[in-house]
Parts: sequence; C-alpha cells; structure tokens
Amino acid sequence: MMTDRQSRDRGQDMTLLSIENLTLSIHGTPILRDVSLSIAPGEIHAVTGESGSGKSMTALAIMQLLPNGAQATGHITLGGTDILTATEAQMCAIRGRDVGMVFQEPMTALNPVKTIGDQVMETILIHKALPPDRARARAAEILARVGLPPDRFPLSRYPHELSGGQRQRVVIAMAIALRPKLLIADEPTTALDVTTQAQILDLLKGLVAEDGMGMLMITHDLAVVADMAHRITVMRTGEVVESASTPDLLANMQHPYTKMLFSASTHRVDLPARPAPTPLLEVRGVTRDYRLPRRHLFRDHGTYRAVSDVSFTIDRGERLGLVGESGCGKSTLTRAILGLEQVQEGQILLGGQPVFTGHRPNLAMRRRMQVVFQDPYGSFNPRHRVERLITEPFHLLPDPPKGVAREEAIAEALKAVGLRPEDAGKYVHEFSGGQRQRIAIARALIIRPDLILFDEAVSALDVSVRAQILDLLADLCRQYDLTYLFISHDVSVVRSVTDRVLVMQAGRIVEQGPTEQVLTNPQHPYTQTLIAAAPVLPDLGAA
Amino acid sequence: MLRYALKRLVSLIVSLAVASLVIFFVIEVAPGDPAQFMLGMNAQPDTVAALRAELGLDVPKWERYLNWVGGMLTGDFGTSYTYRTPVADMVADRLWVSLPLAIYALTISTLIAFPAGIYAAARRGRAGDVAVMGATQLGVAIPNFWFAMMLVLVFAINLRWFSAGGFAGWDKGLWAGLHSLTLPAIALALPQAAILARVMRSSLLDILGEDFMRTARAKGLSRRQALWRHGVRNALIPVLTIIGLQFAFLMAGAIIIEQVFYLPGLGRLIFQSISARDLIVVESVVMLLVFAVIVVNFLVDLAYAAVDPRLRSRT
Amino acid sequence: MRRNLWLGAALSSLVVLAALVSFVWTPFDHAAMNIPEKLQTPNAVHWLGTDHFGRDIFSMIMVGARTSIAVALVAVGIGMALGVPLGLAAAARKGSWLDELIMRGNDLIFAFPSLVIAILITAVFGAGAVNAIIAIGIFNIPVFARITRGAALSLWEREFILAARVAGKSAARISAEHILPNVANLLIVQGTIQFSLGILAEAALSYVGLGAQPPTPSWGRMLADAQTLVSLAPHLALVPGVAIILTVLGLNLLGDGLRDYLDPRLRVART
Repeated sequence: MMTDRQSRDRGQDMTLLSIENLTLSIHGTPILRDVSLSIAPGEIHAVTGESGSGKSMTALAIMQLLPNGAQATGHITLGGTDILTATEAQMCAIRGRDVGMVFQEPMTALNPVKTIGDQVMETILIHKALPPDRARARAAEILARVGLPPDRFPLSRYPHELSGGQRQRVVIAMAIALRPKLLIADEPTTALDVTTQAQILDLLKGLVAEDGMGMLMITHDLAVVADMAHRITVMRTGEVVESASTPDLLANMQHPYTKMLFSASTHRVDLPARPAPTPLLEVRGVTRDYRLPRRHLFRDHGTYRAVSDVSFTIDRGERLGLVGESGCGKSTLTRAILGLEQVQEGQILLGGQPVFTGHRPNLAMRRRMQVVFQDPYGSFNPRHRVERLITEPFHLLPDPPKGVAREEAIAEALKAVGLRPEDAGKYVHEFSGGQRQRIAIARALIIRPDLILFDEAVSALDVSVRAQILDLLADLCRQYDLTYLFISHDVSVVRSVTDRVLVMQAGRIVEQGPTEQVLTNPQHPYTQTLIAAAPVLPDLGAA
Repeated sequence: MLRYALKRLVSLIVSLAVASLVIFFVIEVAPGDPAQFMLGMNAQPDTVAALRAELGLDVPKWERYLNWVGGMLTGDFGTSYTYRTPVADMVADRLWVSLPLAIYALTISTLIAFPAGIYAAARRGRAGDVAVMGATQLGVAIPNFWFAMMLVLVFAINLRWFSAGGFAGWDKGLWAGLHSLTLPAIALALPQAAILARVMRSSLLDILGEDFMRTARAKGLSRRQALWRHGVRNALIPVLTIIGLQFAFLMAGAIIIEQVFYLPGLGRLIFQSISARDLIVVESVVMLLVFAVIVVNFLVDLAYAAVDPRLRSRT
Repeated sequence: MRRNLWLGAALSSLVVLAALVSFVWTPFDHAAMNIPEKLQTPNAVHWLGTDHFGRDIFSMIMVGARTSIAVALVAVGIGMALGVPLGLAAAARKGSWLDELIMRGNDLIFAFPSLVIAILITAVFGAGAVNAIIAIGIFNIPVFARITRGAALSLWEREFILAARVAGKSAARISAEHILPNVANLLIVQGTIQFSLGILAEAALSYVGLGAQPPTPSWGRMLADAQTLVSLAPHLALVPGVAIILTVLGLNLLGDGLRDYLDPRLRVART
C-alpha cells in the first residue's frame, strides 16, 4: 500500500491534484462513480455536465466539505497528501492555504456583517501566515490584484456596498490570499451578467498564468469551457464520460453524450417564414418610474426610471427578441405590456386598443396575451392539478368552455406541447423541469392568444432540455402562427428563435433590427460589448 | 447611522403618543364617576362637584388628556383618587422593585439561553442537542407563577435558603435586595430562557446553512471557528428581537410573580388600584409599562444597527 | 421525529377528552363541598385528593380543562378570524397606506404586553372569562396578521401568482384561491402554538383573579387557592400545575410535529 502510493507519487511529479476512482454516496444514494482526473500546475481543467452530473460534488470532495452522510472511496491526492484519509485538523490546514475555492453565488458567499478587509485577512490570519499588521497590508495588496484597489475600495467596505461582480472579486481574493497551489472555481460566473462574466474569467485566467496555480473549473457553460480550459472532463450522472485536452476534445468527440451536449448548446431551430407585416403590438414612448423610499421627511421621494421612452412594434406572426443584462428594465417592460402595471408616459396598444384603460388593466386586451416565465418550479401552484393550472387563463374569457369542450381544450393544449392528455390529472411535482416548461406553454396556448411573452423561459434549463423546448417553439410557430416576444439575457438563444431583436440597456432600447444583422454586425457600442463578452463555442462543423 | 437612530426616535414618539391616546380613552369609557365612587353613594352633589374640580375631572376630555400627558412629561402623574398622594411617588417606590426584577431576570435568562442555544446548534441531532431541546420544551410549558410556587416550596419552606416572600429593600444593601429578588427572578427567567435558547438554536442553524459559512470553511476555519466568528453575530439579529419582546413579557410577568412573592412592586400596586377603582393609578402604571416596552424596543433597534452594517448605511 | 407528533397528539386528545367527558360524568360533583374530607392526599376514593373544602380535585381538573380549552380556543379563533384577513390584505397591497396602517397597528398591540391589555380590559369592564378571551384574543390578532403577511409576501413574489394576475384574477380572488391554501399549514402550526400560549395566559389571568369567576372552576384559580396551603398540602399546587404543563407540552409537541410533518412537502414545492 505504502510503496504503491510512493511509486505513484514519483511517477506523477508534475501532478498537483490527482483523483483516482472516486466513488461517493450520500446516505446510501450513489452520487459519483469511479471518477478520475488530474491537474498539473498552471493547468485549467474544466469539469462540465448538466445538473445532477456530480461536478459540484467532485469539487466539494476535494475540499472535504461534503454534506453529512457522505461516504467516499478511492484516492484524492493533493501535493502528496491523501485527502480522503486526512484528519479534519489536517484538512483545516490545507483549505485556504493549499486549495482555495470560489463559489457560484457571490451575493451570499460573504458574511454580511464583516468588512471585506477582515474577511480577506482572515484567510491569512487563520493559517498564522503573517502577523496582523502585515496581514492587513497583504489583504490590501490582494484586493488590488483582483481589481479592487484600496483607494477606491477601502478595506472597511461591507459586502452589501459592492456589486455582484465586485463581491466575486472579494471571494477570489480570499481564495488566493495565500497563493494556494490549486484554485477550485464552482460555476464562478453563472450568477453574473455576461460583461461581468468576461471580466471575472479574464481575472481567473491571468491569476493562473501569473502564479502557476492549477485550476479546477466547474461549469455548465460549454462556451466558457472551450474558451479557457486546457483540458475538459465531461460528466453525466456521477460518471466521467470523456476527458481530453480541449483542442483534442473539440476536434474529435468520442462519446455520443459529449456530441449531444455540444450540438444542443449551439442548437439552431428552423423557424417558418413570417407572414406579411401587419402591426399587432405597438409600444409608443413608454416610460415607467418607480417611487423610491422617501429619504428625507421633508423632501419629495425620488423616482427610479426603469423604462425610458421605449418604442417598438411587433407585427403579426413576428418573433421578436429582447436582450439585455439584469436590471436593464426587461422585466418591467414585460409587466407593462401585460397590463400588470401602469406606465407613467406613452401608450401600449394591442391591435389598436390600449392594454391599460384608466387605472385598470383592460381585460379584453389581456385575453389576447399570455406569458411563460423563467422558473419551471415557481410558476405553478403546487396544490393544483395540471388541468386546473393550465385552464387558469379561461378566467379571462366571457364564456369559458365547459364540460366536454373544456376537456378537449385541455387535451389539445397538452398534446400541442408534447404531453399526454392523461397528464391533466397530475400535480406539477411529478414533472421534470423541461416538462413543467411545456405545461407553462400549454397554459399560455390554451386561450389561443395573439401574442405570447417568453420571459427568460429557457434560462433555467439544461442545454439538452433547452434545445428541445426551442424546437417545440418552432413547431408551434408552424402550427399556430405564433407571435411572440422572447426576452432573454442570452444572445445565442435569442439568435436562434427570433426574426428581429431589440437590445436594451439602462431602460432604453439602444439598437434594433433583424436578428442576424444586429448580432453579426452590431452598431451600438453597448451591443458590441455585449456580443464580444459572450463566450462562443468555436465552429465545430469545420473541425 | 444618526439618520437611522433619528428615524427610530420619531417612530418611538409616535408610538408613545398613540399608546397614550388608547390608554386614556379606554380608561375614559370606564363606567362610574371616580369622585362619586370615592365619596360613596350618599355624598352631597356639591361635595362631589368640589371633588371633581379638585381632581381636574370637570374639564373637557381632550383637555384632561393634554393635562395628563403634559403632567407625565414633567414627571407629574396626577394624584391618586384613593390615597390622595402623588401617583409619581407611589410609582417611583414600586418601580425600584419591578424594574430591577425584570433586568435581573433578563440577565439570568440570557446567560442561560445563549450557551444552551449555541451548544445545541453546534451539536445538532446529537445527544446534547436532544437533551437541551427536551429541557426547553418542558421549560416553555411551565407557567412561571407555578414554578415560583414550587421554588418557594423547595428553597424557602423546605431548605430555608431564601425567604418565602417580601422585599428586604435596597437600603439594607445591594446584596439583601438581590437576595430577596433571586427566587422571583429565577421563576421569571427560566421559562423565558427556554424560549430564547430555542430561538438562538434555530437562528444559528439557519445561519450555519448559509453560503458564507461554507466560504469560511473553505478558508480553513474549523467548524467551531466558523461558528463563533461568522455564525453567532449573524444569529444575534433575530435573537435581539426576541430579547426585546421578552422584556415586555418580563415586565408583565413580574406583575404576577410579585403576587406569589408578596413583592411591593408595580404589580401589587396595579391590582390594589383596580380593586379600589383608582383608575388614574392604573392609567399611569399601564402607560409606564408601555413606555418601558417601547423604549426597550427602540434600544433593540439601535442594537440591530450595531450588529448589522446593512442597517447603518440604509437611509 | 414522528414520535413528537404522536406524543403531542396523545397528550392533547387526553385533555380534550377529559373536558368532553366532564360534561356527562365526573367522579364527584366538582362543586360539592365536604369539609370532613378536606385536604386528603390522593387515595383510592379521591384519585387526586381533595382541597380545603373537601372538593374532589380530579373532578375539578376535568371541569377546569373545559374552561382552559374554551378560553384558549375562542381566543385563537378571534386571532385567526381577524388576523389572517388583515395579513392577506396587507400583503396584497404591500407598501400601501393599508399595509402601513395594519402593520403599525400590530406594532402598537405588541407594545402592550398581553397581560397589560388584560389588566386594562378587566380594570374597565370587570373580571370574567369573556373579558379574558377578548384580552388574549386581541393579542393573537397581530401574531396571525404578521405571520400571514410574511408568508403571503413571499408567495406574491412567486411566478404562479403573476400567472394568475395575467389570467386577470383580482387580488382578493388570488388571496383566497392561491395564497390562503399555501399558508394554511403555517397557520395550523401557529394556531397550535397560540392555543398553548392561550392556556398559559388563561391560567395566569385566573391566578390573579381576572379570569373565569367562581363557581366556574379553572386551573389558574385552583393554584391561587393552593398558594397559602402549599406547605401543608403540596398536592393542591402540584396537580393543577402538572395539568397545565402536560396540556401545553402536548400542544407544543403537536405543533412541532405538525411542522415537521407538513413542512417537507412545502420545501419540496419551494425548491
């Protein structure tokens, strides 16, 4: 046993981390099976896969921060230490000093009641690497290195005073404060906007190159993977399906799952041609202000302009895209179009009629519009059956179908989205995320609206499921002559399912035009930044 | 920070104003004329009228309200209908029993609850946690006045470590005073400590599930270090609310516990006044209790800001 | 942890059963005085002994359960009947003057400890079971309003509520159809806890003479009567105290058990 390990160590001098035959179960449920991978200093190794593939658990196993009830077998060797047999005290000495970790959610990864300086310093102090006064200077240095210079971001700042991207920089600073040999990044940019994502990825790449750290990057985003990793490991349901250097893998995929994953990520749907333009929805000079909380007793409350002087038209049969980063006003505009909120200026007309009359939404107009939301888990009342859920829009009809007509409408809507009429009697928790999104589309279709709004409708789905839902959309366009507004932060998705696109920034439409034209030849500087920042998979057809 | 404090101060003043209005008008609708009550049913109408004038009852209601509030602001709580002595004097004496009792009990309760709650959270699901939770489950179910009777039975009557009731007074020294308040304070504190320990535990468990606790562990902090350095202070935020509310319960609970131990506090004063229909005393004592509760909650709000930097920078 | 639920349910039903049986049968007439047999310790005839008037304590405990349960139950009813609609309304109109008014009103009631409200009410309107119910019930209103509002607010953020709004449903209809059923579990659990607090409050009020008046037996007043005799006949104080503790313990265990039993499903729905 001992000689065995020694010979392995000698044989892999250039290996920083090696995982061999890692098998993991939590409370008896198998999570990982026979996972093996290794990382050399200065190497970026990406582990990718869809949800449930076990990629995050692999990262937590290296840190030994697994949930209770976890049982692991195999070997994880980091710089000569077998992690799986190390004591908790040894692990405490390793974490933070030899391995640093960056997490997905920067908004919650920092302690809200401690300053960023204290939190970065803590990494240094807990390992007694430096005396406190020098640790403070070192923390300032590290923060400057990750792009938070102390003159603009003093150590006394609290996390809530920073943006998401800035907080992620603090988390990175904490992870690299002691120049660890290995940095683990678990979906480090998934929660960030695309322009921020590009900056954080650049930072991580730079750190690896300068410090010669090894990096294990966990991500579901294949475009990010292809762009920055030296080596890619693809996982599915707890097993490694394929592992190779990035150029090799992209040029020569062996496993059908890998091929499916990559083709689903660049999936292009086949939209039918659109009919001759007749305007359906007209948005004219719409402005939406929110009241801010009153800051001073004797001063007027301020307002926040979420949408500012927006005008556009959707023609009947047109598929229009709306892209923009979080906080740009996309959701506010969606609510205004649906007539859920009153706008301060401008008009929204559907077929020539206003969606909001006086202070009340216009029900006659609303029954001509429906919406599909992002969250396939939150969009349904968990206590109702599918038939009740999808017939909720019948409430809008003056004379909703009853009895047999109702049954038929339900069956037809379910069939249209690829489900069975028998599914009407089930509860939503019996369905997968993709199926729930189909139910949401069935709910939108059931009253045959003139216009459907898709609000980030595929953003929460895995790539393979996303590709299926996008195909479904194209099918429905052929069957029902759909008109829709497709709202998304993801440029590549919008590209595949829309004819025309609007680009929104800070409440304004900064550019609009035919989708291909805008996305290949952007005119506005913001559109250019947005498209440059979005990681793109290399064209695999050529390879 | 200053703006936050000012805002809370304004809301404190509004709460006090509304509370005083409510108390005044609830007492106002009480049937019966205090003057008539004091002089008996056979009193001459002009004697009654003279007394009404003397007590300040002959002016319109809103003017009486203003006089009452204005008086309280300057420390004049009016004159007791029954004893014809200033209410302020009667209240001041009793306050020196009730207030120390509530503070004493709050101290005991916090000293027990914090370690117990933290211990149970750190040992979640293990024997220590189960034992502490079992004890708190029982503690929550025990009526404090019954517990007080049991304490008297064991420690005063059987063991004779404490006197069964009465108050030695502060003029005999701090120790004598505290000694006679010890059993009442324990009786008040233990059921409250059970609640507080449960809140502390569940609040800490919530925090232990937060992302930043995992971040702390990834830095190399042990479970214990992460708990103390990152967990406890965040967990204090909801715990402070409960401490604020508990003070209200302790002030009120003291009223009942004073009955068990025959302590000359606000509680006995209020019950004597009710049976004598000395409503001005009831009015003032209730207002004083509400004042104490509102002020304590104001202090809790300030404590929040000290614990949570997000509150300091907002507004 | 299912054990809590069963133990709690068993203890609670035992008390309810005792109260119900007392309507048709008690070992002795609970009010019948029998001076020669006074202050007996528990024995074969008087299972829990007799008090200073020779009344049978077991019978008094049974009938006293009636008072406790009635007062606490009606008080919880008042709290739910008023608090839940207020909470739903405040959540539906979040940030409006209505929300502000409801929440400030709640804060105000919270500033009066429940016992102080009871004292104020009894001072003005006289002592008695009805006023005790009102005093405890008033304090339950903000508890239910607050918990309903808190849970409803997070539901209003959910997309299925937005979907219902897109379907043209009014706030009132959404509250009744979508919000209320989804907060029902929470209300049941809180209801059990308020019920147990009601039992404790009723006992405290009766103890200081502000609760149910004689001859209606109540556990709190039995304790008050026992106080002067506690060194002579400790069982007079022990028995009603243990009755209160077991009832409250049972209800709390039931509440905790229900929460554990009902919550996992809620959590599944949430994630």
